Amino acid sequence: MSTPDGTRAARNRDAGRRAGGWRVVVLKGGRSLERQVSLKSAARVEDALERLGHEVVAIDVGADLVGMLSDAQPDVAFVALHGRDGEDGTVQELLEVMGIPYTGSGVSACIRAADKVLAKHAMRDRGLPTPDFYAFNETAFKELGAAQALPAIEQRLQFPIVVKPARQGSALGIKFARTPDDVPAALVAAFSYDRKVLLERHVTGRELAVSIIEQDGRAGSLPIVEAVPVQEDFYDFEARYEIGRTRFECPAALPGEAAARAGELALEVYRLLGCSGFARVDMMLEEASGELYVLEANPIPGLTETSLLPQAAEAAGIGFDELIDRILAAAHER
Amino acid sequence: MSRGLGRGGAGAERRRSRSTARDIERYAALFAQRTKVMKSSAMRDLMALTERDDVISLAGGLPDTSTFPPDSYASLMSTVAAESCARALQYGPTEGLALVKRCIAQVMATEGMELPEDEVLVTTGGQQVIDLVCKTLLDPGDVVVTEAPTYPGAVPTFCAYQAEVVQVRMDRDGMRIDELEQALEELERAGRRPKFIYTVPNFHNPAGVTMSLERRRQLVRIAGERELLVLEDNPYGLLRYEGDPLPPLRSLDDEFVIYASTFSKILSPGVRLGWTTAPAPVLAKMNIGKQGSDLCSSSISQYFVAAYFDSGPWGDYVRSLIEIYRRRRDVMLDALAEHFPREADWTHPQGGLFIWATLPDYIDTTDLLARALEDHVAFVPGRAAFVDGRGGSSMRLNFSGVSEDEIREGIRRLGEVVREQVALYGTLTGSGRESVRRPAAPPPPATSLPEAPPPPGPPAEAELAKVLRLPRQRAG
Repeated sequence: MSTPDGTRAARNRDAGRRAGGWRVVVLKGGRSLERQVSLKSAARVEDALERLGHEVVAIDVGADLVGMLSDAQPDVAFVALHGRDGEDGTVQELLEVMGIPYTGSGVSACIRAADKVLAKHAMRDRGLPTPDFYAFNETAFKELGAAQALPAIEQRLQFPIVVKPARQGSALGIKFARTPDDVPAALVAAFSYDRKVLLERHVTGRELAVSIIEQDGRAGSLPIVEAVPVQEDFYDFEARYEIGRTRFECPAALPGEAAARAGELALEVYRLLGCSGFARVDMMLEEASGELYVLEANPIPGLTETSLLPQAAEAAGIGFDELIDRILAAAHER
Repeated sequence: MSRGLGRGGAGAERRRSRSTARDIERYAALFAQRTKVMKSSAMRDLMALTERDDVISLAGGLPDTSTFPPDSYASLMSTVAAESCARALQYGPTEGLALVKRCIAQVMATEGMELPEDEVLVTTGGQQVIDLVCKTLLDPGDVVVTEAPTYPGAVPTFCAYQAEVVQVRMDRDGMRIDELEQALEELERAGRRPKFIYTVPNFHNPAGVTMSLERRRQLVRIAGERELLVLEDNPYGLLRYEGDPLPPLRSLDDEFVIYASTFSKILSPGVRLGWTTAPAPVLAKMNIGKQGSDLCSSSISQYFVAAYFDSGPWGDYVRSLIEIYRRRRDVMLDALAEHFPREADWTHPQGGLFIWATLPDYIDTTDLLARALEDHVAFVPGRAAFVDGRGGSSMRLNFSGVSEDEIREGIRRLGEVVREQVALYGTLTGSGRESVRRPAAPPPPATSLPEAPPPPGPPAEAELAKVLRLPRQRAG
């Protein structure tokens, strides 16, 4: 990714460096359903950036984003957005146009990673393990009679089946169908979030999150976090952001080579999708087979108090400020 | 949409209010057990989106304070300043100022109750009554019986006191007393005795139904026989748009009923003034509880309310609100009939602020809210009113805080989204695209509020008789 030289941003960047810190815009909030999570992530990022000696300008992303970015004249943008617009390449495209360097993955990686269906196809084509799945647009059901194919899909995937919107983070809209009768309602729920949904084989096992950060242009995996639901029968949106609802173990106590394999697999997915800066790859360690299956890659994983990437970094001896420093540095290096 | 433009300099102040992962760990060791059940929910995150300017929010529960004349407010405040400045700025007695108790007596009289001054405790909103009752009565693990659905704002209070909440289904006549008795029986068999039954008998929030007179009599009878307290929460009683008022539980029994009401819906929620009356020993404990909470409710507010009641007939403003809210309710009911599919079902409130709509059970209203927000309309998903995950297909719709045009447009948009999901489900199950015009009546949704069952025949009465013969537990 390149940033045009000689832009106003570049000139300001030099001015910022002379003063000892950069002017960093933190992009947050927006109209995504994960707005609140983004605000929590951004609050911590802003604090860290200030402690690191940068000048922080926080922007709640809305209709006047471009105008505000022009006024702010930042050296770099820290994208602390989750979900729609912020994680799917939209905001990244705008930042490219404006010549503002930004944290995290570029446009094409965001587009691929934010859409679970695109990401899973890419993985499958590359031979990387991801649970079997079938994906459909709403029109397939409305216009092409896809509902008649459901029994065949159910037979191949076997119950329980996980039904997910293609583009929605934070487990919103993810349903478990345990019987054929559950499938239609699960699809209706998933279609509440996106026009495209997937039906996926449920992998019974341990849920692992492998975080990746770059340093000096080299991506490396962090200690693995295992999410252990305390009560719920499914790791849901509620549990993900609340203290005490899910127990996290880091580093996860994994058998044999599993940890090393998970780290390598996550890096392969990271490279396959073209991610940069940082990301988190979620996967399952199947109980029966001992195999790993990648569920999804998050181009902008959460940075809240309970988020997994900061926990993984801490386990590796990387404090939150250093984590933010590295993510910011990676934005400049590319 | 609000926009934060925070510059570096102001950071120090903000930093203190935020916490890092390590901070959370550090404080977590200090948190009380009860905070582990105090939930902040994903729904709350979604609800935060409903407050955007571009969203028609039927999710609120707000009275329309824009109807109160600013001139009156100014003149009342001037009166307070001119006549009672020093006292209004001073602490007051925990039980409340006598002059506001006289106003409360007027409101109570209108509801058909006499209330001597020494039997009332002025509180900081009706919400504080719920808190004080819990504080007075509940040990961790004690049982509270409520309606299903129940007032969503009471749930965090019950949880904070580590109560076990048992929810009893309602129908269009309010709480099902037969199911209440069944629940009480089961609890008794398990050796557990609920401390109180929480109910909103008039224009229930969120269910929009009113407890019938028959059920009211049954409820106070059961409370008396079993020596359980009933917390009667009556914030909306005077906002009746049709039909005749029914006697409050408190007027049927003053031995086991704790009564709560508020100025929030008849004057202003901003004054944060409510009141309670309870059996004397209970009221005395609640008074002590209130001392610990806030010493006294705002004196400024109490003088304001007193000045307002002195300034003219307070009922005029309530009548003007009734006119406005009745029209809004009618607009919403008409819009529902026009735009919601026949698979949906909703209550017809005779008063209050809310309609409770129930969709077919294959529609999850939390997911539906995400879809509705795309079309810039919002409501409260039904799960908020249950402690056990029920209510997933229901929604609470508020008509008091939104203009008639917004109600029409909001329900139109919502109806479209619901029809879309009903049609999609029809496509998925092969039950026909035009499921909206399906001739056969759908099975009743899980949490709908059915018609009240017919009066019990002989077998049921035999069951009741057993309950009646339970020995009284009073000692001496």
